[in-house]
Amino acid sequence: MFVSNQNYFFMHNNILDFIPIVITLAVAAGFVVLVMLVTHWLGPNRKTHVKGESFECGIEQKGNARIPFSIKYFLVAILFVLFDVEVIFMYPWAVNFKELGMLGFMEMGLFIAFFLVGFYYIMKKGALKWE
Amino acid sequence: MSEVITEKATIVEAPAGYQQPGFFATSLDKAVGLARKNSIWPLPFATSCCGIEFMALMASHYDLGRFGAERLSFSPRQADLLMVMGTIAKKMAPVLRQVYQQMAEPRWVLSMGACASSGGIFDTYSVLQGIDRVIPVDVYVPGCPPRPEQVIDGIMQIQKLVGSESLRRRHSPEYKEMMKKYGFE
Repeated sequence: MFVSNQNYFFMHNNILDFIPIVITLAVAAGFVVLVMLVTHWLGPNRKTHVKGESFECGIEQKGNARIPFSIKYFLVAILFVLFDVEVIFMYPWAVNFKELGMLGFMEMGLFIAFFLVGFYYIMKKGALKWE
Repeated sequence: MSEVITEKATIVEAPAGYQQPGFFATSLDKAVGLARKNSIWPLPFATSCCGIEFMALMASHYDLGRFGAERLSFSPRQADLLMVMGTIAKKMAPVLRQVYQQMAEPRWVLSMGACASSGGIFDTYSVLQGIDRVIPVDVYVPGCPPRPEQVIDGIMQIQKLVGSESLRRRHSPEYKEMMKKYGFE
């Protein structure tokens, strides 16, 4: 397959070049899993009821440890994640901007328009109103 | 035994084992005991004057850190040795029991000072006459308060216990009997 070698940062090689990365990931994940399994199966433990209770400096624990918190922090974080993913989708478009041409531009415009509709809904609902 | 040591190296002696050039083989008990006894993490349960003596012990002059006890833990989950230092009132006894029960095995208890060992000079209605009435104790260090060197001696006795403990001791019937005697599961 002919590949022009002007203005290209990444020469398209075959997919087999990515195998070392896959092996690294597999070894890392596999090591973690293996060590956790070994400690849970081979490690000695003596579970008792009192030992399993939450530590409260030696006194009986009262009530739930979950405290109520403002939902606005969660909303800001989750909306950030959504729009950040949208921006990430724009990166491949930026790289192949020339070949994608007018059609690509219109498709991306439609994509962003969907997000804008969602954004309009968020603003109208006041989800980002910080009190 | 009384030879002059000319090098100034303080290293831990290897346990008994079979050694050849290139390898050293010993039993798992001994290796684990060696590792455990030189890295005991204490939980300082300091209530009174013995706690101040403990502060002197951890400071640079007497330095308990050189025995491996550099990292104190106020959470029982990560501590090996419960050091009870000071007068324990009867009101404090359930708290002490709870803290002891929430420590993970293997765990040891060192009772520092007269008040923790036997109530000390406070033979009164409010003072618990010895923590071994509520939790099992491994080493008692007498004194009011004991000098840091005496506590170091106690810690070295604990080290001897830790180094020679069998790996299955915490699952043995004798240990379970003892726990039941104190009212623990």
